[in-house]
Amino acid sequence: MTETGLQPEALSLDPAPVAAANVPGRDLMSKFDPLIAERQKLLDSGVIDPFAIVMERVLSPTEAVISGRETILLGTYNYMGMTFDPDVIAAGKAALDQFGSGTNGSRMLNGTFRDHVDAEAALREFYGTSGAIVFSTGYQANLGIISTLAAKGEYVILDADSHASIYDGCALGNAEVVRFRHNSVEDLDKRLGRLPREPGKLVVLEGVYSMLGDIAPLKEMVAVAKKHGAMVLVDEAHSMGFFGPNGRGVYEDQGLGDQVDFVVGTFSKSVGTVGGFCVSNHPKFEAVRLACRPYIFTASLPPSVVATAATSIRKLRHAHDKRAQLWANARQLHGGLTELGFRLGTATADSAIVAVILEDQEQAVAMWQALLEAGLYVNVARPPATPAGTFLLRCSLCAEHTSAQLDTVIGMFADAGRAVGAIG
Amino acid sequence: MSDRQSILDTVSAQIEPFNKKGVAITEATTFQHDLEWDSLTVMDFVAAIEDEFDIIITMNMQAEIETVGQLVDAVSKLKG
Repeated sequence: MTETGLQPEALSLDPAPVAAANVPGRDLMSKFDPLIAERQKLLDSGVIDPFAIVMERVLSPTEAVISGRETILLGTYNYMGMTFDPDVIAAGKAALDQFGSGTNGSRMLNGTFRDHVDAEAALREFYGTSGAIVFSTGYQANLGIISTLAAKGEYVILDADSHASIYDGCALGNAEVVRFRHNSVEDLDKRLGRLPREPGKLVVLEGVYSMLGDIAPLKEMVAVAKKHGAMVLVDEAHSMGFFGPNGRGVYEDQGLGDQVDFVVGTFSKSVGTVGGFCVSNHPKFEAVRLACRPYIFTASLPPSVVATAATSIRKLRHAHDKRAQLWANARQLHGGLTELGFRLGTATADSAIVAVILEDQEQAVAMWQALLEAGLYVNVARPPATPAGTFLLRCSLCAEHTSAQLDTVIGMFADAGRAVGAIG
Repeated sequence: MSDRQSILDTVSAQIEPFNKKGVAITEATTFQHDLEWDSLTVMDFVAAIEDEFDIIITMNMQAEIETVGQLVDAVSKLKG
């Protein structure tokens, strides 16, 4: 019962035949044969390779040139459209000039520059916490925090639909790992109730689940976790900037400002650059820096990256117009696609992700290609990354999409959907 | 009926709704190769077994379980 969860494809590993003395050793790459064959089959059917898209030029947060064609981007995580903000760009250029192109070191040794500290200050201001630690990516933030917080003999309790970085954080650590059914408060309660009382427990939740764009019932889940004496970590990667009065995320939107122990986030979505972080009010939080391997044994972010992040985060605090525009955009797209008869991942526009559910891989890829050729980029997603074996075209909105652009997008969906038989 | 036999019967009954190929279940039946379950099916099945016996089978333990017999052993131990 090899268990991989929502992780990279499990590969069947037939035992190698007993090798005679003169037989060469088993080729380690042979385990990829099924993946290579599946990919070849897809390409042989004549479609464009969905995993080989190149942005030849980027024109704005919502437009790029792909294969020589101007294309509307509806599959980036640039929710708040900060990538071309003039202040953000200026901060990056100034840091590049003053501090050079890279740090050549780990945060712990020579890799902490002025702007790493400043990005952490900006995070403390944004989240109103006493502590903030910047990691080199969001993936590494989850990897580092989860593996460091929960030690051998302790428990991590996670949602079955958790992101790969959460599963991988568990795999890197030594804690016992328990899963509950996606977004089921009852299932979480039952499982926590079956665990021994004494050991430390970390419940890991996400504000927005990125495949379908659905929201977690954090209020109920955090109450259940506290009832059983567990600490709570919420990953707010897909909500920063536009959920809650201060844009802190779904946990703030649901009134849990002081009840979540750790919030993990990323710079690669709403902030518009790259990097990850964890914020907390725990008085001993700083100790994580001394024990966390994915923090210690990796290079720190380039100065220009942390400078752009700090500037962007400070602007996001007051980006009320962008926030309103992003929600209006999500409602427009969700409403338009619902009206066309598409099956969507959520009944209402719950987040900035709108997932279109399709029949199978062939239909999903055919429609993805039809959209691309019409000048629209969306993400195609398939099991095991998706829940319940679904094939999805995932759209993510940007505050910089205009209403006219989205009308065009909805028209493209109408044509492509009819062409592949996804709608009548 | 021994306790072990009763656990095996209950486990076998829990396998049935997921046994799309109609494989005959013995203690040697493997989840991945004989039943050909993917990770999502395994997850649903484990949750069903946990609820049936009111136990927790951690993912760490699941990694060690390949056959029906090994699962019955693990359940017996966890029920303690």
